[in-house]
Amino acid sequence: MNDFEYRAPASVSEAVALLVEKGERARVLAGGTDLIVQLRGGRFTLDRMVDVKGVPELNQLRYDAAEGLVVGAAVPCYRIYEDELVAAHYPALVDAARIIGGIQIQGRASLGGNLCNASPSGDSIGALIALEATAVIAGPGETRSVPVEQFCTAPGRSVLGPGELLVALRLPPPKPRSGAHYLRFIPRYEMDIAIVSAGVAAVLSPDMSSFVSARVALGAVAPTPLFVTEAGAALAGKPISEESIALAAEAARQAARPINDMRGTVEQRRHLAAVLTTRALRGAVARAKGEQVNGH
Amino acid sequence: MATKHHVVTRVNGEEVEFLCEARHSLLEALRETLGLTGTKEGCLDGNCGACTVTLDGRLMDSCLVLAVEAHGREIQTIEGVASPQGLHPVQQAFLEEAALQCGICTPGFIVSAKALLEREPNPTEERIRWWLAGNLCRCTGYDKIVRAVVDAAARMAEVKG
Ligand SMILES: Cc1cc2nc3c(=O)[nH]c(=O)nc-3n(C[C@H](O)[C@H](O)[C@H](O)COP(=O)(O)OP(=O)(O)OC[C@H]3O[C@@H](n4cnc5c(N)ncnc54)[C@H](O)[C@@H]3O)c2cc1C
Ligand code: FES
Ligand code: FES
Repeated sequence: MNDFEYRAPASVSEAVALLVEKGERARVLAGGTDLIVQLRGGRFTLDRMVDVKGVPELNQLRYDAAEGLVVGAAVPCYRIYEDELVAAHYPALVDAARIIGGIQIQGRASLGGNLCNASPSGDSIGALIALEATAVIAGPGETRSVPVEQFCTAPGRSVLGPGELLVALRLPPPKPRSGAHYLRFIPRYEMDIAIVSAGVAAVLSPDMSSFVSARVALGAVAPTPLFVTEAGAALAGKPISEESIALAAEAARQAARPINDMRGTVEQRRHLAAVLTTRALRGAVARAKGEQVNGH
Repeated sequence: MATKHHVVTRVNGEEVEFLCEARHSLLEALRETLGLTGTKEGCLDGNCGACTVTLDGRLMDSCLVLAVEAHGREIQTIEGVASPQGLHPVQQAFLEEAALQCGICTPGFIVSAKALLEREPNPTEERIRWWLAGNLCRCTGYDKIVRAVVDAAARMAEVKG
């Protein structure tokens, strides 16, 4: 690794100033589980690393029944899955946080880093899209909010402009009779990158017989995590049944635009998009009904 | 000239100071600057867990932590696992049950397993396998490692009474 300057600001404004000064030559350090690997691999060099783990806003994890959840961009995975309120109200977020790497990676890796790394297979992203998360971004200009489904623009690219920093993710409070589930398919049991993943949230009618609405997101089937509005639309107003779920699964299969690579083929990924959408929907419905559903 | 950072930290309960460059990993500082070579280098990309240590009580791959980040923190390495009274039950179980062959993965497994048993004294086999997923072994096939951890849990329960 080439040497670089290490800075650890204590506030958002200080972090932004440090980033603005060096432009493309500076990067944010959260858990470093992508950044340090990429730097060591020689993908790029840096003049400055801005360690944001000392900035209070990036470390907050706060739930409020009226406001929802605020997850500071640098909060590591273990804090997500060890938090009882998060586990109770956002189990799909726990599904994702528990499968990112192994225990050592989860001690460091943040959801903010997962999102900013903008990998098509980033495991938190599908869960965040399903849960209607927005990204709160600070920078040299006004603080702005971007829905997570619009955050990634290409593999490794995002809407973050020069000097901009992801501060937090905001998730609205879960709606009554709603449930969400995140799942991925990997060839092993753990420690691998998704071949395909699905994050789903569903809201059920008061008598629990039909879908009011649903959000479906797919990972690793397009250059960015994909928000499949057609799958959600296919479910709105439909009875809760395997037939309805099959319609959404078919919409997901059709929306997938995967590639062949060492992890999987186009055909396999399309098939998996439907299978995982089906399973994630069943899980989301079960959770909406108050049943326990295991992650992974 | 690259800027040197002055890092003051605690390693296995003792205060230590060292100088490092920003690009140096905690693994490099431990092995090369502090001479604590029990922590091993395997993949250097977070997959193998040979470099596992705890930082403020949390398991981390020290190859993915910058040495400067250790400033003001508390590090535990394999060198701090045994006590003057003897080996830790996890170490004893690994030895007696031949849970190692070449041994390069062993310090990482022991640090990880000890952290598990301190949090969860009686884990199931499945839980042990999940917890140790970030530690790779190319020799043993894992069964003996998992058995040693199950056994260490029993030994620790006995000591506690
Ligand atoms: C062994 C191993 C296993 C892994 N397994 C998985 C897995 O199963 N699933 C998965 O999705 N990922 C996996 N990853 C990838 C990685 O751990 C995750 O993407 C992780 O969430 C990244 O978070 P981080 O805090 O470590 O980010 P960092 O590495 O610190 O940052 C990642 C990128 O985002 C930028 N960034 C970080 N925070 C901000 C911010 N607040 N504002 C602006 N930019 C920011 C950084 O500059 C960098 O470009 C794995 C990695 C390793 C090494
Ligand atoms: S050397 Fe650090 S995880 Fe392999
Ligand atoms: S004993 Fe050789 S790698 Fe585990």
